[in-house]
Amino acid sequence: MENDLVLRVVGKLLIPFILLFALYVQFHGDFGPGGGFQAGTISAAGIVFHALVFGLEQTRRIVPDRLVEAMLAAGVLLYAGVGVAGLLLGGNYLDYFVLDPDPIHGQHRGIFWVEAGVHITVCGVMLKIFYMFASRSQRKDDEA
Amino acid sequence: MIVNSLLVLMMVAVLSLARTRNLFAVIVLSGIYSFLMATLMVALDAVDVAMTEAAVGAGISTVLLLGALHLCKSEEARPAHRPWLPLALSGATAALLIYGAMGLPDFADPNAPIHQHVAPRYLQNEVDVPNVVTAVLASFRGYDTLGETVVVFTAGAGIIALLRRRKHKPEGKGRDGE
Repeated sequence: MENDLVLRVVGKLLIPFILLFALYVQFHGDFGPGGGFQAGTISAAGIVFHALVFGLEQTRRIVPDRLVEAMLAAGVLLYAGVGVAGLLLGGNYLDYFVLDPDPIHGQHRGIFWVEAGVHITVCGVMLKIFYMFASRSQRKDDEA
Repeated sequence: MIVNSLLVLMMVAVLSLARTRNLFAVIVLSGIYSFLMATLMVALDAVDVAMTEAAVGAGISTVLLLGALHLCKSEEARPAHRPWLPLALSGATAALLIYGAMGLPDFADPNAPIHQHVAPRYLQNEVDVPNVVTAVLASFRGYDTLGETVVVFTAGAGIIALLRRRKHKPEGKGRDGE
């Protein structure tokens, strides 16, 4: 697929909007449908699309393996960290009311960071699985 | 009406999926099934679920399955045994599930127990987030979502543990060094 002109042009046009839509789904999740899981899969889908059109090597140069693996753990740590922050500020684990002097604002802040953590982990896992499978099939090509 | 026709279409997709031997067609059919499921979720006003289903079920898993297909033959082998026992087993399970579902309250019945338990408190919306799904997911049920995130993380870690071994080859290292 890497030499298909139509795909390359359409891919170049679409990928920024897919990633932007993922961010919209992420940050608009409080008001409309969406949230961390959805946004994470959408942004992963955008990057997978890039890999399909431009080749895995190109994508790995932009989103390296090490970053993806770090994302895997960073999201969970961020989520758990919000809980610990609640503990340190005198509330229960994952109690967002204490994150800000204004309890409602604290809730919003907690939800924001928690959703960010979910996004990072989901996106990382999707990409890691894709990288793993795609690089295996590539290696088989090399042997053949 | 829309829901029923979508369900019929999904049934057609599943039946043809079970009968097809060409694995490429199977993958395309499962993508179609996922899109139908996503549409069904939109029809049921569960847009959050529909988004996930469209991105994961129809998008990423189709790509992953195609990647796996690249590693194996594209025709499914003939089964060694007649499938009567599995068929009987799934038929019996389906009958049990349908029997159980008949005891459930009517669809969208406001007096159903699930709408009387904690849902009213969720809907009071003391966290002031307009999308109740997000409020329930991230705030009221924060522990559940943390668990789900850990499950997703475990899946990724498991994949790494299973597939990474091949990297000892020098060519794999060269690829990393870029």
